[in-house]
Amino acid sequence: MNNTPLLEMEGISKRFPGVVALDQVNLTVGEGEVVALIGENGAGKSTLMNIVGGAIARDGGTIKINGEPVQINSPRDAAAHGIEFIHQELSVLDNLDVAANIFLRREPTFGGFLKLIDRGRIYKEADVLVRKLGLDVSSRTPLSRLSIAQQQLVEIVRALSAGARAIIMDEPTSSLTLTETRRLLDIVHDLKSQNVSIIYISHRLHEVEEIADRAVVLRDGRNAGELQRSEINHERMVRMMVGRDLKDFFTGAPGEVSAKEAGAGFEVRRLRTLRYPKHNVSFSVAQGEVLGFAGLVGAGRSELARAIFGVEEAHETEVALDGKTLRIVKPQDAISHGIYLIPEDRRQSGLIVDFNVRENITLPNLDAYSSAKLINFGKETRAAADACKAINIKTPTTEMRAANLSGGNQQKVVLARWLTFAPRVLIFDEPTRGIDVGAKAEIYQLIRKLAANGVSVIVISSEMEEVLGISDRIAVMHEGRLTGILQRSQFSEEAVMRLATGTEG
Amino acid sequence: MKKELGIFVLLIVLCVIVSLVNPNFLLPINLQNLARQIGAFGIFSIGLGLVIITGGIELSVGSMMGLLGVLLSMMLTQWNFGVVLGLLACIALAMLLDLGHGLLITRLNMQPFIVTLCGLLFYRGIARFVTNDETKGFGTATGLDFLRYLANGNLLGIPMPFVLLIIISAITWVVLHRSVYGRYLFATGRNPEAARYAGINTKGIVTLTYVICGALTAISGIIFAFYTNSVSPANHGNAYELYGIAAAVLGGCSLRGGEGSVIGIVIGTALLQVLRNLVNLLEIPSSLDFAVMGAVILVGVIADQIFTERRNRRQIALMREMSAREAQSS
Repeated sequence: MNNTPLLEMEGISKRFPGVVALDQVNLTVGEGEVVALIGENGAGKSTLMNIVGGAIARDGGTIKINGEPVQINSPRDAAAHGIEFIHQELSVLDNLDVAANIFLRREPTFGGFLKLIDRGRIYKEADVLVRKLGLDVSSRTPLSRLSIAQQQLVEIVRALSAGARAIIMDEPTSSLTLTETRRLLDIVHDLKSQNVSIIYISHRLHEVEEIADRAVVLRDGRNAGELQRSEINHERMVRMMVGRDLKDFFTGAPGEVSAKEAGAGFEVRRLRTLRYPKHNVSFSVAQGEVLGFAGLVGAGRSELARAIFGVEEAHETEVALDGKTLRIVKPQDAISHGIYLIPEDRRQSGLIVDFNVRENITLPNLDAYSSAKLINFGKETRAAADACKAINIKTPTTEMRAANLSGGNQQKVVLARWLTFAPRVLIFDEPTRGIDVGAKAEIYQLIRKLAANGVSVIVISSEMEEVLGISDRIAVMHEGRLTGILQRSQFSEEAVMRLATGTEG
Repeated sequence: MKKELGIFVLLIVLCVIVSLVNPNFLLPINLQNLARQIGAFGIFSIGLGLVIITGGIELSVGSMMGLLGVLLSMMLTQWNFGVVLGLLACIALAMLLDLGHGLLITRLNMQPFIVTLCGLLFYRGIARFVTNDETKGFGTATGLDFLRYLANGNLLGIPMPFVLLIIISAITWVVLHRSVYGRYLFATGRNPEAARYAGINTKGIVTLTYVICGALTAISGIIFAFYTNSVSPANHGNAYELYGIAAAVLGGCSLRGGEGSVIGIVIGTALLQVLRNLVNLLEIPSSLDFAVMGAVILVGVIADQIFTERRNRRQIALMREMSAREAQSS
């Protein structure tokens, strides 16, 4: 290994409206080193990587490559310095074939200014590259016919063939199966031995334990510490990431509030989603209980939530509240029974970001603030202001466009809307994704308080700490199947992971 | 509200300039004519504007008015429908056709542009077919005084179409800006997915809006038919949908949906008609008619874009200020 590090980032800062995303963050990566970048959602990992990848501009700090300060203003600049970013949401073009994806913007051409693509060469070279990484497909295969794992390998091939010296992998295993994950980790080892540096962002701490030479921890947009290979272990990483004991984080002591009355509560019987028509899912949530839903991305949890709420069609749904069977085919039905969903994609499905806070909060319950279908603006504004105060939504005025609020406050606006009713069942789908730690704790408190008030709460979460901390019981799904329900006494990261990866049952 | 003010100022400035250059602009007969045009164009433009707020478009307005015009003439002069039945049949047919558009768009998930483009071609063809391509009219037929009055009469010196526009815009203003329905319409136009998650029946809202557009199109169509008194199936109402779209966009509607206001659409219509009048009065070659309109619309929309951007930046600054204050106090 070389003495000058390949990549040095010093004092990187970045502000977004309402939040300081990064505050004087440092990161160095040596040649052929695997550095894990860890931290909770909203800790600033993605922002930092987007800065080095050229996708967003930094407000302060320097970036050096081989000790030389460089300007990176676009992904093209980053690529020119040998830095390639493989995003969690793959950026392959699935209407083109493997070779076209690998050589995109670097196509070998002939015919002078006509720039005709040299098809013979492109496929021959692509085939060699693809083989070299152990991907067993023809380079003429359309990307749409490859699995997610294979598409990801195509991205890696593209990065390598573009001369990458450092590859950033953002949550590369989040949609992979166990075997595919195994394979990817082997590839990371190989790349390392070819002296390619890897920045590995992951929530899967056991992967970090396995492959990282060093782990850099971010918290609330700051460096929270660093662990050398020998120091990396699960407990230490968690403590650095969270910055306090989990016990403090999750107030309201889950487990103490158990089912109040037998029979009261929410029940789902034999629900079959369109995505996984072969499996039917049944479970129940007692009044005052928080049922966590764990699983890998794509396990079918969000589809389940959407089917319960009636926004998505299902093959078969039967839900019951207090033993009474309900018919839900559209969201209006669910809403009229007091069943509400706080969806995963806040900006797309949860809010109308161009509406102001008031309009967003009152939208589903407008009739309550109108007479003869005409809105009483005074009443509406007061209701919105009260809702803001009740759950501490930070906005200078209820007339603020929702787009300008921070993620946590946006999430609270979505929640506030349902609290203007009397909720019986609340389904949270990834409630704290992209939210800073402070707001996160507030949301956890709100969830526990709702449960304490007798609401049946379902929390879908891909964050292990979250699902373990907030739930009274945890239902785990794997590829559309409910693989198990864990009682509080059975809670452990390993137990959840086993069920989530389908190694058991 | 600021948006409407801006375009209103533009309208006033334009009127002042025209009247300074050619005082004939202020002649009662010119103003009356202008108001009549504004009324007739404004009514269907409001309908079209509502559709644009849903994020859709309605291209068949002009053709539909052509079809309604010839049918109305045939109903009243050939088939002896009588005034009341003729009127009702006209309005009902337009609502029915637009109900069809709405259902195709919401139930079959078709694109509004395509559905209504087909309507544009289809209704024009039918109008020409049922008339054998012959011009229809009302000539001097008796018993149609009421309808003639609607198109050509005045109430206290104000042209009836303008009076109707005022009434209709007052009603739609309340519906759009004060009622639950209006809020749902904006929500659906802005983000149909989020609107659905909020429990809004988005398909119903969109379909209903097309039906309303149909009704308003029929009213405008009846006025135009009696205004011109003869209806050529091949030309009547040609390209009127473009006037409607232009008025709506000038008035602050965004073709992306979820944005716009009734007052804006009405002022937008007035601005367009004043521009046409201006081309006449200022002796600008009438071949430049469309060029002038195009240029003014472009300038208007660019200015609007700049204002919106600025307003949003001010809000973001406000947000920053608040978080800074909070950081200080803690």
